[in-house]
Amino acid sequence: MNVIQQISTFVENCPGAFREILQVIRSNDINIKALSIADTADFGILRFIVTDPDILGKILREAGFIVKKTPVLAITIGDKPGTLLTYVDKLSDADINIEYIYAFTTAAENVAKVVVKVDDVERAMNILRNDKDIKEALQANDTADFYW
Amino acid sequence: MYWNNHIEKLSREEMTEIQSISLRDLVQRVYTHVPSYRQKFQAAGLLPVDIRGIEDIHKLPFTTKQDLRDNYPYGLFALPMSEIVRIHASSGTTGKPTVVGYTKRDLNMWAEVMARALTSVGVTSKSFIQNAYGYGLFTGALGVHYGAELVGGSIIPTSVGNTARQITLMKDFGTSVLACTPSYALHIAETMRETGIDCRELPLRVGIFGAEPWSEQMRQEIQRQLNIKAYDIYGLSEIIGPGVACECTEQDGMHIYEDHFYPEIIDPVTGEVLPDGETGELVITTLTKEGLPLIRYRTRDLTVLNREACSCGRTLVRMQKVMGRSDDMLIIGGVNVFPSQVESVLLDMGMAPHYQLIIERIDNLDKLTIMVEITEAVFTDEVRGLETLEHKLQKKMSQLLGISSKVKLVSNKTIERSEGKAKRVIDKRKI
Repeated sequence: MNVIQQISTFVENCPGAFREILQVIRSNDINIKALSIADTADFGILRFIVTDPDILGKILREAGFIVKKTPVLAITIGDKPGTLLTYVDKLSDADINIEYIYAFTTAAENVAKVVVKVDDVERAMNILRNDKDIKEALQANDTADFYW
Repeated sequence: MYWNNHIEKLSREEMTEIQSISLRDLVQRVYTHVPSYRQKFQAAGLLPVDIRGIEDIHKLPFTTKQDLRDNYPYGLFALPMSEIVRIHASSGTTGKPTVVGYTKRDLNMWAEVMARALTSVGVTSKSFIQNAYGYGLFTGALGVHYGAELVGGSIIPTSVGNTARQITLMKDFGTSVLACTPSYALHIAETMRETGIDCRELPLRVGIFGAEPWSEQMRQEIQRQLNIKAYDIYGLSEIIGPGVACECTEQDGMHIYEDHFYPEIIDPVTGEVLPDGETGELVITTLTKEGLPLIRYRTRDLTVLNREACSCGRTLVRMQKVMGRSDDMLIIGGVNVFPSQVESVLLDMGMAPHYQLIIERIDNLDKLTIMVEITEAVFTDEVRGLETLEHKLQKKMSQLLGISSKVKLVSNKTIERSEGKAKRVIDKRKI
């Protein structure tokens, strides 16, 4: 479990907008590790996890995109029923609000990778790290590297 | 039907004589009581005695909206405030509204010209006039109101909005005349259709529509959909609001009540006076107003004057429907909007002044969408953060513009940059 930097950009909700940004990323030889899109009728927010967020941020900005760097929690959890709830329980008990979340499993490693944006990332990190249940769960997934 | 049989059928010579007397008196009054006019006259080397009749009017300098702003709020008033019995104001365009003050006589004059207007479209003491203009600082509603009272009709002051209720009252109260903006009239018609009300069963016969430009095609639509005769009325808040000119039953140009408002058409660029029949900017001199008299006021409205005899019998000069604006002012839903107002909101909120106004007519109502470029300073990766920003902008815009709009965030550098003439406005309305 770690706090990592996510890069987000603003795109209009129109044909071709997503392609344009992917073209910029590919032409700079950057590999996307995780991606989510939050959309409204008018616009979308693209959120990227890459190995070097600072470089992606710079490239996108130079290409004329609006960029924001956001600290998010990156957690590798066991791919089992109820695991995510354990984490969410702890955050909810501490009255920490989850702004958004995206997650996926990797069958080969039998783990799930979860990106969580919370309203207080430092406090969330401390609470989870010092929690007995979570400690055990984390150790079970010790070998998993979030960035693959 | 005439309200003022004598004035409305004067010969040209008699009208010129009346106008000349009034103009001489007006020039003397503003020279004596309004320092700003006196200075302007002096700068032009003019004395009141130089104006012997209406033929000398071209010697006088123009007055513009800027003069009203520079003298905000009461600097151009020609009588002490104790004589002012009513104050109206236009929407604050670049921060300050345009303020107009009326004396008792001004209000009587306004009611008189409105009574002429209403009578010329068939309003009588037997009419029920539903007044769906917005009551308030805006001049539209009260102008119609006092005119209708003078004619002796029964006025129903519903003000604008709550369309379902407007229709119910129309039915229950037996409304025979509807006064509102033309786009609102079409909206009412549509609401009637949706709610299954047949307008042919209503006693509604006449509509008096103004405060925004509308075309002959729109007239045909309104007439067909509401089963009425639809008439155009002209005015501007700086002069008196509605009642400067109005169509007669011939529906062939608006008769200007030129014993009170002297019209000229000028080339908006050179200021040169143009002959009848040529399109240009309408300039009005308020010959009889006491509170806030205006000399050669540039309305920015583009139209044509026609002095040919009208088959209704009136000899008053006619102006065509307004065909546009000589400046960048937009009229959206009857409200004056300047693109620069949007710019000031954006700058106030720490955003870049990159925006575009898109105006459409949807369901017969004007819809304004303001495209605003996102900046790094305001960008957040949370959807609700951006939605909050959109709502905040929307609220600020409607407070300042006086109409509601939809704010749409767009990518940065997508709106054309202002080099020379920026394309700030995309008007998709088909008038």
